[in-house]
Amino acid sequence: MTDVLLTVKNLTIDIPVGAGTLHAVRGIDFTLNRGEVLCIVGESGSGKSLTSLAVMGLLGKRIKCTADVMDFDGTALLKASAKQMRSLRGARMSMIFQEPMTSLNPAYTIGDQLMEAMLLHGNATRAEARDRAIELLEKVGITAAASRLSQYPHQLSGGLRQRVMIAMALMCGPELIIADEPTTALDVTIQAQILRLLVDLVREMGMAMILITHDLGVVARVADKVAVMYAGELVETGPALNVFQRPLHPYTRGLLQCIPLPGKTERGAPLGTIPGIVPSLVGQVSGCTFRTRCSEATPACRDTIPLHADGPHCFRCVHADGQRHDKKESA
Amino acid sequence: MFDGQDMTPPTLEIRNVTKTYSVKQGLMGKRKPLTAVRDVSLSLRKGEVLGLVGESGCGKSTLAKILLGLEAPTSGQVLVDGQALGGQNRLELARRIQPIFQDPYSSLNPRKSIADIISLPLRIHGIGDAASQQKAVRDMLDVVGLPARVMNSYPSQMSGGQRQRVAIARALIMKPEVVICDEPTSALDVSVQSQILNLLGELRREFGLTYLFISHNLAVVEHLATRVAVMYLGRIVEETNTGDLFDASAHPYTQALLKSVLTPEPGLGVPDTQLGMAYPNPIDPPSGCAFHPRCPRATDLCKQRAPRPVPMRDGHVECHLHDPETPMFERS
Repeated sequence: MTDVLLTVKNLTIDIPVGAGTLHAVRGIDFTLNRGEVLCIVGESGSGKSLTSLAVMGLLGKRIKCTADVMDFDGTALLKASAKQMRSLRGARMSMIFQEPMTSLNPAYTIGDQLMEAMLLHGNATRAEARDRAIELLEKVGITAAASRLSQYPHQLSGGLRQRVMIAMALMCGPELIIADEPTTALDVTIQAQILRLLVDLVREMGMAMILITHDLGVVARVADKVAVMYAGELVETGPALNVFQRPLHPYTRGLLQCIPLPGKTERGAPLGTIPGIVPSLVGQVSGCTFRTRCSEATPACRDTIPLHADGPHCFRCVHADGQRHDKKESA
Repeated sequence: MFDGQDMTPPTLEIRNVTKTYSVKQGLMGKRKPLTAVRDVSLSLRKGEVLGLVGESGCGKSTLAKILLGLEAPTSGQVLVDGQALGGQNRLELARRIQPIFQDPYSSLNPRKSIADIISLPLRIHGIGDAASQQKAVRDMLDVVGLPARVMNSYPSQMSGGQRQRVAIARALIMKPEVVICDEPTSALDVSVQSQILNLLGELRREFGLTYLFISHNLAVVEHLATRVAVMYLGRIVEETNTGDLFDASAHPYTQALLKSVLTPEPGLGVPDTQLGMAYPNPIDPPSGCAFHPRCPRATDLCKQRAPRPVPMRDGHVECHLHDPETPMFERS
């Protein structure tokens, strides 16, 4: 039996810009079960962060966000009142932001910032919140946790601050954690430790995590499910093993060829590239947005693109196996 | 190590360079010395790519600043083609060594257009007329994957990735001999990163460029570098050719770094580095070998005495485990 925590269907995010409307996210679907890690991978501007902000209800009023379904454990997130969202955020769903240097308030102590959410949600006394903060700081591997509570963010290194951010997100025992590039700014040694910790916590506490990253190494090692996002659409989704071993969408295949694989890619040999740039999403967007950069593109790519499914492994492409087969004839 | 094989001087040579800063701890604290780079020697031959790896705070960026002439070393020398840096004309130096910095948000002037930023080196050196400079800028924009229309944009209108591409264009437009790349691709998307890495590789082959490539992305270093130096708390603890370093590293720190690399292989999970978290405070470095508090193989000797560099393969390693003079029982 799967225990679905979050269901998103046909999520669309439009941003009014000077010249018209920026269709930043266009009709994406995903579900997330408890105890599962979903990695959303894609390049900057693909809409990964907007998607996570939409789930958290943190998009500004100017931004138009619609969905057929956006359900968090029975609560329709888009219909929820501001008050309902406030009671969810920080308590049952929380977010770890990318920049540990700028996401902490420099004027408050680590302890105050850690305890704030718990005290606001009114489910603990100050002493209980303090104990919980110490417990979690120890859990994220911070030594002398009690003495850290009275320190200010500038007194901690980047790695420690990121750990504080993670502890803060865990304070109220959330069911859903959204981590937006949580380790991008960190050294590889610290990155490995923090990711290990997050994954262990998900497994131990039965939480669910959405991890947003552009690092395919992180995705491969951490994800249960992968969603590859390109220009506001999910072009391929599926179990991590399937997506890495048999990438079906030309974009996913292209991405995997762009990174050097130790032991596989010949040292110094040219890496694969994806020519061109991400198209503008302002105004009418139709067909496959990857077609201008795709080696498999055909005139049919301008039409509506079907979704192919191979069990849980789905991708969106005009070609049933992600490849055109008429190359010889057209050449 | 190179004696007798090749008498031409290395393109870039660092001889016993030390950089000590004086830092104040707290408002009323006394000034204390912080040695960011400690007696480092390295040499790069023409066309080589030296990958410099290590955690934040190990002194990589300080070394880069010294090479660019932005910081004077406290002691030691930097030589380009056998000539000491201090004696060279600054313009001449800028023609030969160009930087690509880590943070594209602070390395581009927000009040200058992109065309101005990229063409500035050409204008300073008086290369070509306005029309040919414009053309060079346009070509360079194409090379780094930016549309020509950004020429009249300003850095604030661009994403971090785009800005870094501008910084790369600015560094490459002079076709310098040595490029100091300080985390040049860490801000870029993977599809762009591979384009830039390919470009750096092509330019190296075409013009015989020499790179000092500073990065914490070890997969990228393995791919691009011909030699790798591993830095820890101001010292180069291991240096050798890329193949040996990645296939058979000697220093426990190098081994731990390599173990923490997340290769895109699903199903392997996240490795346990067993490194402990705390990088030591450089103001108050540990006794003996600076790595001993985090080293899984540390012995009493490591706490007491700093290891000396021992020649190994075509480089060196600085660890008691590999020093033939270390008593056998300490090396097991």
